[in-house]
Amino acid sequence: MSILAPAPGAAEVYKDPARQARVRRRARRDALVGMASLVGFVVVVSIVVSSSPGWPAVQETFFNGQEFISTFPGLLEAFWLNVRIFLVAEPLILIIGLLVALARTLRSPIFLPIRVVATLYVDIFRGVPTILVIFLLGFGVPALRIEGMPKDAVFWGTAALVLSYGAYVAEVFRAGIDSVHPSQRMAARSLGLSLFQTNRHVVLPQAVRNVVPPLLNDFISLQKDTALVAVLGPIEILRRAQIDASSTFNYTPYVGAALIFIALTIPMTRFADWIQSRSRSRRRAGGTS
Amino acid sequence: MTSMIFSRRVMAGVAAAAAVLLLASCAQESTSTAESSAPAAPASAPASAAASEAAVPDECAPENLTTIDAGKLTVGTDTPAYPPYFVDDDPSNGEGFESAVTYAVAAGLGFDPTDVVWQVVPFNTSYAPGDKTFDFDINQISITKKRAKVVDFSDGYYTVNQAVVALKGSPIAKATTIAELKGAKLGAQVGTTSLDFITEVVKPDAEVQVFNDTNDAKNAMQNEQIDGLVVDLPTAYYVTAAEIEKSLIVGQFKAQEGGEEFGLLFQKGNPLVGCVNKVLAELKASGELKAIQDEWLAGKTAPYFTKK
Repeated sequence: MSILAPAPGAAEVYKDPARQARVRRRARRDALVGMASLVGFVVVVSIVVSSSPGWPAVQETFFNGQEFISTFPGLLEAFWLNVRIFLVAEPLILIIGLLVALARTLRSPIFLPIRVVATLYVDIFRGVPTILVIFLLGFGVPALRIEGMPKDAVFWGTAALVLSYGAYVAEVFRAGIDSVHPSQRMAARSLGLSLFQTNRHVVLPQAVRNVVPPLLNDFISLQKDTALVAVLGPIEILRRAQIDASSTFNYTPYVGAALIFIALTIPMTRFADWIQSRSRSRRRAGGTS
Repeated sequence: MTSMIFSRRVMAGVAAAAAVLLLASCAQESTSTAESSAPAAPASAPASAAASEAAVPDECAPENLTTIDAGKLTVGTDTPAYPPYFVDDDPSNGEGFESAVTYAVAAGLGFDPTDVVWQVVPFNTSYAPGDKTFDFDINQISITKKRAKVVDFSDGYYTVNQAVVALKGSPIAKATTIAELKGAKLGAQVGTTSLDFITEVVKPDAEVQVFNDTNDAKNAMQNEQIDGLVVDLPTAYYVTAAEIEKSLIVGQFKAQEGGEEFGLLFQKGNPLVGCVNKVLAELKASGELKAIQDEWLAGKTAPYFTKK
């Protein structure tokens, strides 16, 4: 990109029209070849799949229009629980992740206990399967019979997701913090900024920008993992699909659930792409030196 | 920026690789189904040929039966296999109602007990499209019209009623009518007709809680996260008598119209169904099925819920 962009102060660089035409021709040809290859691929796959002996049975069990229509409203309704779990869990995860990541970057020996706790937390909760954390909190804590402790399955399921994903996100943030060059931190400190100010104004803005795509990855993964809360009893979208599927022995409701998930993740991905490209162009505009 | 060009190339590479993989897997799948369906055709041919030759053809004679694995009877069930239907999570020990029924059916078809091969088939897999890997599946599967569109069921081998189990201190422990259950938070295992009973017959105000298996549901009940648990009556006996000390059967529901029966699950169109049904009819007529039932599903009873 920067190669093609005119250098500052040299806006009137001579452009060879023949070369430009060549470039355009090649771009057109590439687009055509790509399109043809894609169409060919789709055609071949469709033929292979639809001519296979079991296709009618697969179509009937996975893509049954009638089943789809009759189960879809129930799925949407159940999805509202996933959305609520997600909306509560996500901000908490970001806060925990950021705090743990910052705790792990503390260098002073005085902070050793904090560093140890943060490291243990990440090690354990990243290693333990999320479903176990959900069972442990959802069935284990209520079994302790502590007065005043909530028993609600959704509460404990969400808490388990927050703990589990907090550990993942902490590592993402840590990677982001590590990606900021040490000279930035040193420069900030030498300008007289405190540790807090350095993090707040110099390190974190760059760190967070660098980790938006992996963070989004974890968000999307979390959206789907909200379904794990179902093991504690509440009916969310995948459980709803499972109930419908087992009453008719037809998997179409799962496909319906998948479409609903996709309808949420695709806009999110595009949004993150947009944020990325915006921050990229801003940085380019600001730093031409 | 070279990094962008690079990443585009990588993307193209990844896409191409994915395409190849997808194609390969499709091709593989189609060949594997072709392979597995191929042996079925020739194997059934001699059976029908033999049938047409003999004057009084007996399609259910052991030598004429077509099974997945010739000479063996492959039977599926889920794991863990729960009492009183199976004992010690080991279907092959002949203990437990469904294990005993399976061996009685096998004997009726002319198989030795040693010829019965058990296979773990999760309930959700039992109705997957494609060729089944078992001759039949026995897993407390209730026969319904909707399900019978996708698979074949044998005639019923047990008529089941649903029951409510609760802890002795539960708010519904003394309920005698369905109306008294309305305010309760009830739980059941996913995919069961027990769950359908809650949503279609009890219709409680609180949202029903659904669990992967009966163990999770029992846990939730012991934690008082649910007020009661709906299971089939034999399971209710087992839970209250052997598993959860302070629990009781609150009551059982009158069967819905036509009753609810457990059936053996077969691949749609499997010719074995007819022969198995003959055996089941013999077992019913001779009283053997009743004897197995009395042995494993003790003839106790529980009070019926009334409507109001």
